[in-house]
Amino acid sequence: MVMCVTLSPPAGAGSVASVELAGPTERELDTESADWLRRLSAGVGPLRQQAERELHARLVRIALAEVSRRSASTPVTGPELTDVAHQAADDAMLAILAKLADFRGESRFITWAYRFVILEVSSKLGRHYWRNPPVPLDAAQWERLPDRLGIDPEEHAASAGILAEVRRVVEDELTAHQRRVFVAVVVDGIPLDAVAARLSLQRNAIYKVIFDARRKIRRALVANGYLEDGGVERR
Amino acid sequence: MSQWERLDRFLRTDPRDVGCEEAMAVLHIYADLAATGENPAERYPGVAAHLAACGPCADDFTGLLAAVASG
Repeated sequence: MVMCVTLSPPAGAGSVASVELAGPTERELDTESADWLRRLSAGVGPLRQQAERELHARLVRIALAEVSRRSASTPVTGPELTDVAHQAADDAMLAILAKLADFRGESRFITWAYRFVILEVSSKLGRHYWRNPPVPLDAAQWERLPDRLGIDPEEHAASAGILAEVRRVVEDELTAHQRRVFVAVVVDGIPLDAVAARLSLQRNAIYKVIFDARRKIRRALVANGYLEDGGVERR
Repeated sequence: MSQWERLDRFLRTDPRDVGCEEAMAVLHIYADLAATGENPAERYPGVAAHLAACGPCADDFTGLLAAVASG
């Protein structure tokens, strides 16, 4: 069975992604995706109920695997981690059913559906971080910066000058918001999603702050001779 | 890689980087291309630039690839 759907750029897409999304206006659905759509779009009855049960079971399986995969990088553990997985599967299920008409066949249906549950797991682990945070917001553990940047302990002394300059730029040239976000994510190593949750911002907003801060710090290090504009220089 | 190169790599920003929102909007397409052996970076260079720089989005991509592979 082949189903044709019309594709168009998503509402609200930014210029770059919109350009990248430009492509064919029609796409053939694979048999499995068409079957999922047909059953989930059916009127209320056993066909649709069975499809919803199957999809939910898959989402739970994926969510449990995903929290397990991420368990080493989150302070959330044990039954709470399992709860996060089940909540993520439930919320993903609701979102998928609500947005079924938005599926345009640009990928297989199940990949589109799995994206919801993966993003739900990310978001929920970010929020749950603050129930038992190993590092509080605004801890400013500057002594950990070399480790965060992957600098070997034997090179710490040699890197002291440039790292002091990084700190000076962060403290003197970043805005208060940039400084708070940069210190939380880069210096203190708090997960970006946790910072986003704590500040009630989207991940993208936090990433943009870090992006701008990285550019500003690099520009200052180039201006002061620590780095070359086109490459690396040791001063 | 020297400490300077490591720091420089961290501080460098790629102007093609589309950001988290745009990358997540097409992550399912990107993952399907990768899962079927195609090179998604050719079709979505801005997404590839973002995934190379954003740990959380790269982690989501890894998770989605693992999910797709598990069936």
